[in-house]
Amino acid sequence: MSKAIKTDVLIIGAGPVGLFAVFELGLLDIKTHLVDILDKVGGQCAELYPEKPIYDIPAIPFITGQGLSEALMEQIKPFHPTFHLGEMVTTIENIGDPIFRVTTDGGKVFETKAVVIAAGGGSFQPKRPPIAGIEPYENKSVHYAVRKMDAFRDKNLLIVGGGDSALDWTLNLQPVAKRLTLVHRRDDFRGAPASVSKMRALVAAGAMDLKIGQVSGLEGADGQLAAASIKGADGAISRVEVDAMLPFFGLTMKLGPVANWGFDLEDELIPVDTSTFETSKPGLFAIGDINTYPGKLKLILSGFHEAALMAQRVHHYVHPEKRLVFQYTTSSTSLQKKLGVA
Amino acid sequence: MPKVTFIEHDGTVHTVDAELGATVMETAQRNDVTSIVAECGGACTCATCLVHVDDKWSPVVGPPSAEEEDMLDFAFEVKPTSRLACQIKVSEALDGLVVYTPAYQGR
Repeated sequence: MSKAIKTDVLIIGAGPVGLFAVFELGLLDIKTHLVDILDKVGGQCAELYPEKPIYDIPAIPFITGQGLSEALMEQIKPFHPTFHLGEMVTTIENIGDPIFRVTTDGGKVFETKAVVIAAGGGSFQPKRPPIAGIEPYENKSVHYAVRKMDAFRDKNLLIVGGGDSALDWTLNLQPVAKRLTLVHRRDDFRGAPASVSKMRALVAAGAMDLKIGQVSGLEGADGQLAAASIKGADGAISRVEVDAMLPFFGLTMKLGPVANWGFDLEDELIPVDTSTFETSKPGLFAIGDINTYPGKLKLILSGFHEAALMAQRVHHYVHPEKRLVFQYTTSSTSLQKKLGVA
Repeated sequence: MPKVTFIEHDGTVHTVDAELGATVMETAQRNDVTSIVAECGGACTCATCLVHVDDKWSPVVGPPSAEEEDMLDFAFEVKPTSRLACQIKVSEALDGLVVYTPAYQGR
């Protein structure tokens, strides 16, 4: 096991509410690390709404998801949070009074005095194509991410999709693979035009294949693919020899490991005490869309409020010896020092 | 009030009143048609409100925009009549609209 990273608080989820939690905790001298499964901050705002308008942030009549994430990053800069992106928290174990050991699928280990679950709708995970009988091949010869390019060396590789992930991996893996076939439902690609041109040049040069259609069936045994059937727009079915397949159909929100952390979930949500946003387990907090309580509204502004109250309670765990005096950023020189403006 | 009929993959039929100007996705959600997931809430960014428009209605509803066509790449078993329900606005012209919902929206 790798050496544990010690922190005051670990925040699971770097969406708007997780980011604002850094601010509220920071004002109380509480240091934070954040883990997010996406490779960027902003959560749903980054993944689903980067260009879309949000109209209900108090005092901000209009802002995009991207704009909100950027503004929050600016706001929390004085507190120097550490981000661990592209990783999913898998386990939370209580090892002290309270001290939690938290591990990620990337092999990181944290030791933290409190955990704030700000996981929104859960984790964004790849969409699984509804191809009959795909399950036994998953993670053996059907992969939703590329961990090591070398795993595909000299393989007959099938990549499915028309976005940047599909095109980028087509261009990266084409030189490594024995033969690469890209399958997309239409002869039009939403990926970056430069990548599309490069891909088309490879097809024209005979260095790879492009098939327009949808994967309709898989053949193989013991998790090892042998071939895939591709149904063209005209309904004709062709067969391609395949050792491995990489489908890229975007992401969907799944509850994920939260389900295994021992909470009595209500409709996949974590019940909390509304005076502290602590869960039934002391030291574990839940804020934002992942929690539930009477009257809960899944609004960003509710999550911000929850973060402020959570921080007050977390202070008891992190600085038990210190009395907490409530202060305003407008008038408190000590808070202004923390913000770097005094 | 225009009526919209949702026919689910198992044959369940929901014929519901639709508010003018609402989207077909919103109409489904207000009437508990759960095969419309609408993860992103109607922002045309998730492709989990796929419907196959009835052949007879497809010319009336019209084709997807370029942005919607791009999102259809993230849906499954897309047909020439497929649309995202969040991008179809209910109008008087769509009174009686029939759409089929898929078994799987990606989650």
